[in-house]
Amino acid sequence: MGRLAAACGATIGAVLILCGPIWAQTTDAEKEIEKYREMISDPMSNPAFLNVDRGETLWKTSRGAKNVTLETCDLGEGAGKIEGAYAKLPRYFKDADKVMDLEQRLLWCMQKIQELDTKDVIARRFSSPGKASDMEDLVAYIANKSSGMKIQAQISQPKEQETFAIGEAMFYQRGGQWDFSCATCHGEDGKRIRLQGLPNLSKPGKTAQETMGSWPTYRVSQSQMRTMQHRLWDCYRQMRWPQPDYLADGITALQVYLNKQADGGELTVPSIKR
Amino acid sequence: MKLRHVIAACVLLSGAATAQQPAKVDQTLVARVIADTFKGASDEWKKRITPDETQAVCSIYRNNPPQAELAKIQEREKASVVFPADGKVLGDWKNGEKLAQRGTGGQFSDKPDTPIGGNCYACHQMDKKELSYGTLGPSLQEYGRIRKFAADDTKAAYAKIYNAQSAQPCSNMPRFGHNKFLSEQDMKDLTAYLFDPESPVNK
Repeated sequence: MGRLAAACGATIGAVLILCGPIWAQTTDAEKEIEKYREMISDPMSNPAFLNVDRGETLWKTSRGAKNVTLETCDLGEGAGKIEGAYAKLPRYFKDADKVMDLEQRLLWCMQKIQELDTKDVIARRFSSPGKASDMEDLVAYIANKSSGMKIQAQISQPKEQETFAIGEAMFYQRGGQWDFSCATCHGEDGKRIRLQGLPNLSKPGKTAQETMGSWPTYRVSQSQMRTMQHRLWDCYRQMRWPQPDYLADGITALQVYLNKQADGGELTVPSIKR
Repeated sequence: MKLRHVIAACVLLSGAATAQQPAKVDQTLVARVIADTFKGASDEWKKRITPDETQAVCSIYRNNPPQAELAKIQEREKASVVFPADGKVLGDWKNGEKLAQRGTGGQFSDKPDTPIGGNCYACHQMDKKELSYGTLGPSLQEYGRIRKFAADDTKAAYAKIYNAQSAQPCSNMPRFGHNKFLSEQDMKDLTAYLFDPESPVNK
């Protein structure tokens, strides 16, 4: 079933890509892409809900040297409380004395609570056909427990403020063989790469809210559910920067910055995108 | 006071008013977090993201530095442009078209033999018939025709491709020659794509 859904998704993606230029010729491409988005955003047909189910099982499965579940993991709202936790992440955690995003926090809980050898979890951080990712599944499950809620960016604590400032500086930091920063593509309204519209993430408001409110998402073009960690990893790839380390603090800092721009936006997750 | 001076003063003033203030964050801390984020990269890759002076200034001022900094950047970047030894800046427009269309090369997911492209269409409109173009940069339709195919303008275009910031400090456009991304021949071919009367850009 999952494979069938993925195959269908990939086919829709291919059709969209093939039809793209024709649409641009005959009608307003943007409108057609919007129609396509509506067509695929039906939760009943979103394969990412399989990730949600797998994530729930993982959350409740005893693992690691301690042979316990993740159900006592504190995602910021208290031990084991997952409703609304994603809406307030990343945030400062006193026990770790740092600002963590959901994936950093899950890894922390696996290591501290379960005493799980996380080498394999990290190796499977991004899924591929036939290779599921525990992290993507857990994020789908936990994020879904904040679906319908509003993003509440956490930047009141001094470490959160510092992390925000670092994220903001990183957003504008140019480098690599193409001299690109995040702002090169996401610094102005109404721009696009080829036919792909680019959200302006340099200012707070609706565009940032819609962007951040729709992650994690099922990427039809990749036939996989993806998290913000993957999205930013892929951005740096396209920017001609080196590969960022998985769960590096700089990626969390960027998420804090982006979440601040998206503050108050409604989460509808996992979503489904091109 | 001459009118010319008044205008110059106004331009300077407006420049000062709109220039970004540097971000209030400890830059050494930012550098440390960036270094940590990319610590798994090879030395060659790390070198690519160690900011040179121009990248550092453009980053801190969010591409909108004060007038004095702009002038310094332009002077420095102009000095970096190396024109072909044979004096010819026009190559093969057909290969230029391929380079303008191609968006691969230089990504960490690319293989060493992945062909390199300039990816011009990601940001610029060029050939009228190509509808899949981006809007981050200005339209380059009929670029050579508009400039009457003038020799000076071909040289200026080559310099722009080599180092966009020699023409416009803190431009978003990659410094393709300066950063050793495109070869001299690639840049000649792209200049020809813009200037050859037979190129679809000028049709």
